[in-house]
Amino acid sequence: MASAVDHHHGPGTGITRWLFTTNHKDIGSMYLIFSLLMFFIGGTMALIIRMELVEPGLQVVQPEFFNQMTTMHGLIMVFGAVMPAFVGLANWMVPLMIGAPDMALPRLNNFSFWLLPFAFFMMLSTLFMDGGAPNFGWTFYAPLSTTYAPPSVTFFIFAIHMAGVSSILGAINVIVTIMNMRAPSMSYMKMPLFVWTWLITAFLLIAVMPVLAGTVTMMLTDIHFGTSFFDAGGGGDPVLFQHLFWFFGHPEVYIMILPAFGIISQIVPTFSRKPLFGYSSMVYATSSIALLSFTVWAHHMFTVGIPLVGELFFMYATMLISVPTGVKVFNWVATMFRGSMTFETPMLFAIAFIVLFTIGGLSGLMLAISPADFQYHDTYFVVAHFHYVLVPGAVFSIMAAAYYWMPKWTGNMYDEYLGKWHFWCSFIGLNLTFFPMHFVGLAGMPRRIPDYSIQFADFNMISSLGGFLFGFSQLIFVLVVVKCVRGGAPAKAVVWEGAEGLEWSIPSPAPYHTFEKPPEVK
Amino acid sequence: MQERSCSSVVLIIFASLCSVSVQADWALNMTKGVTEVSNSIYSLHMQIFWVCVVIAVAVFSVMLWSIIHHRKSVGAKAEQFHENTTVELIWTIVPVLILVAMAIPATTTLIEMYDTDDSDVDIQVTGYQWKWQYQYLGEDLSFFSNLSTNPDEINNKVKKNVNYLLEVDEPLVVPIGKKIRFLVTSNDVIHSWWVPAFAVKRDAIPGFINESWTRIEEEGVYRGQCAELCGKDHGFMPIVVKAVSDEEYQLWLADKKASIAAEVAAASRVWSLSELMVKGEQVYQKNCAACHQPGGQGIPPMFPALKGGVITTQQQGEHINIVLEGRAGTAMQAYAAQLSAVDLAAVITYERNAWGNDTGDIVTPQSIQTMLKSK
Repeated sequence: MASAVDHHHGPGTGITRWLFTTNHKDIGSMYLIFSLLMFFIGGTMALIIRMELVEPGLQVVQPEFFNQMTTMHGLIMVFGAVMPAFVGLANWMVPLMIGAPDMALPRLNNFSFWLLPFAFFMMLSTLFMDGGAPNFGWTFYAPLSTTYAPPSVTFFIFAIHMAGVSSILGAINVIVTIMNMRAPSMSYMKMPLFVWTWLITAFLLIAVMPVLAGTVTMMLTDIHFGTSFFDAGGGGDPVLFQHLFWFFGHPEVYIMILPAFGIISQIVPTFSRKPLFGYSSMVYATSSIALLSFTVWAHHMFTVGIPLVGELFFMYATMLISVPTGVKVFNWVATMFRGSMTFETPMLFAIAFIVLFTIGGLSGLMLAISPADFQYHDTYFVVAHFHYVLVPGAVFSIMAAAYYWMPKWTGNMYDEYLGKWHFWCSFIGLNLTFFPMHFVGLAGMPRRIPDYSIQFADFNMISSLGGFLFGFSQLIFVLVVVKCVRGGAPAKAVVWEGAEGLEWSIPSPAPYHTFEKPPEVK
Repeated sequence: MQERSCSSVVLIIFASLCSVSVQADWALNMTKGVTEVSNSIYSLHMQIFWVCVVIAVAVFSVMLWSIIHHRKSVGAKAEQFHENTTVELIWTIVPVLILVAMAIPATTTLIEMYDTDDSDVDIQVTGYQWKWQYQYLGEDLSFFSNLSTNPDEINNKVKKNVNYLLEVDEPLVVPIGKKIRFLVTSNDVIHSWWVPAFAVKRDAIPGFINESWTRIEEEGVYRGQCAELCGKDHGFMPIVVKAVSDEEYQLWLADKKASIAAEVAAASRVWSLSELMVKGEQVYQKNCAACHQPGGQGIPPMFPALKGGVITTQQQGEHINIVLEGRAGTAMQAYAAQLSAVDLAAVITYERNAWGNDTGDIVTPQSIQTMLKSK
């Protein structure tokens, strides 16, 4: 039955292929499908939120359920959609880009994926529990998330632990793979930028996920074992929670954007038919962003009453982080400059990424100005800002990557016509949704409210219409993927005219086993 | 047919947009405010905004120009350059200089905001789920400020008024031209006291006292909201500040103190069941209905039902105890310090007799006073 040489067997059959697989391509696909599912669940919650906010007054849901929706939407999108999607892309592409036969720790790889469905099953099951799901925001500030939390908070804590273990194991695997399994003569400074950004991201994950795990454990003991880490009544400190959370949370933001930088740095040169401008400055910029990300956490806490000196330090450090970020944007534009560009769907998403991420980055610079942040903080201006970096940032880069590598994964070209429809509907939808949020935020609308005063009515209705356009246009993406998996024009080995890198040296679709002998690197 | 239904959808959307815009405005920008600090913040905001606009225009025009001229379809040939030290140095150093230029005024404003010394009026602001308490330090005056919007407006049964969700029963009254220091804290979870017109936003944190200050230049009514998610009714705890001249402020102070004294005196007279029920319903709707619901059915298990509950129909002593002292580890607050003896007696009486509880129990203000004294 199986071939005599065990190392050369093909995929298993039936459900056990997916349960027991140690193949990086299978695991990568599972991560990507899982994250797409979570994207739709989290997206449905966003649409419930937008439905309630169409008009002033309470129409669709009650405040307590509204709070559960904002909380779960954030948690699902961050931990269930964006992070697993990047891990899926790393699984598929890192071995192919460095000429490795698989990830370094294949069984661990299987384990870190299979933790996720259980973690999120538990997280979602809280919606059906007595007292409802977590309702304290995805930032779960104590004591709202401890003393005043619904009983389901314990399940939420356990789900975060499981997702966290999954992330740490995944990160270890990426680091070990990149450090040990590069093709001979692929030095660090020859690695594709997607590999570089993932290497740095993996270090960030290992550094901060344990902090999150510690924080939720402290919550757990506060709730069940009588400690008072975050309870002022017992000598604890609610602000300590915020310091711990954001010491995790700010690097977490970069965990969700650095791999995106890597993806864009692969796609822009390909469709500009020109080498990436400033490769080494890209590497240094990414590293400095990662290092600086540990020194800016309290800019999320400008109004909690940290001392003046602290306030100034975090303001300066945050402003500084815009310099390496700016370098990246300038490098991408310089790569496009005097190239020979074409505009297939991956490139459209990549260009939209650069423009809209820059807008999100610039509003981030505004937020860095601490005195002004006293007016912006906890308003829709912040909601607009982080959705601009996360939706056309992280999500668009994932979409770009999916279109860019889908022919390599499936062996078929995707439907370019549908891809462009998907792009334009998403682009218009998201700008309609999130741009007006800048205006209502500046006009004074606080975030996380189920009902608002009438002066904010017009822009909220536009946001809601945009939200529905954006949400439903993601169904086009599902159609594209299904069509592409089932057939289409056969893809060549080098799918894109200007594409360079080891992943294009193997046939399309990528065989089940690749690079069993290390390739030559120029 | 399909075309017609499509255009009618567009019409409906358009019509609904128009109907809303009758009452709403299309405000795009931050309010300038009525204090010196809020004006400095506004100008910082505009400076950094224009810096961002200039950077965006510069970057996007180079990009757009490349997209138009360096496309394969117009025969552009790709160059192969991939670095240029001079350019890279320029686009690293110029942003640093811009940032330094921005950091200087920002630092000055921040130092100004942190200078809470030499205040004329000190007010302690305490956040509760979901209302604000204002204590005038040194004046022996304190009161609560609750949302006063009619629930029917929230539930779309009647038309919303112009101050929908931004109106309270007892606004904070302060004098203009004086340095007012706010000492902000919380009784339960974290809240955040925010009035955009003053650019004052301070988190109210249990166990901590945060300081902030303002000096209002114009008389007027200024409205704000809680800015930190604090549970179910986070969207329903507005702030209203009435800034008046110093003379008017002094009059108001005297008036307010007199009315509180009258309320204390009312505790010593005899109250009938029907009087207590009328008063109790008002107190209940203002203080209790958010959690236990207007009909007393609660939202179990977080907020227990009072209608037909064991405690509210049988255990009177326990009932009074919970209302006075709260219940540790839950959202149930201690009302002994929040409500007057009359209000406490009335609300407990109301809860024991409303919604078919019909115990016939009367809890008198005098008995509440005795209990409070013995603690």
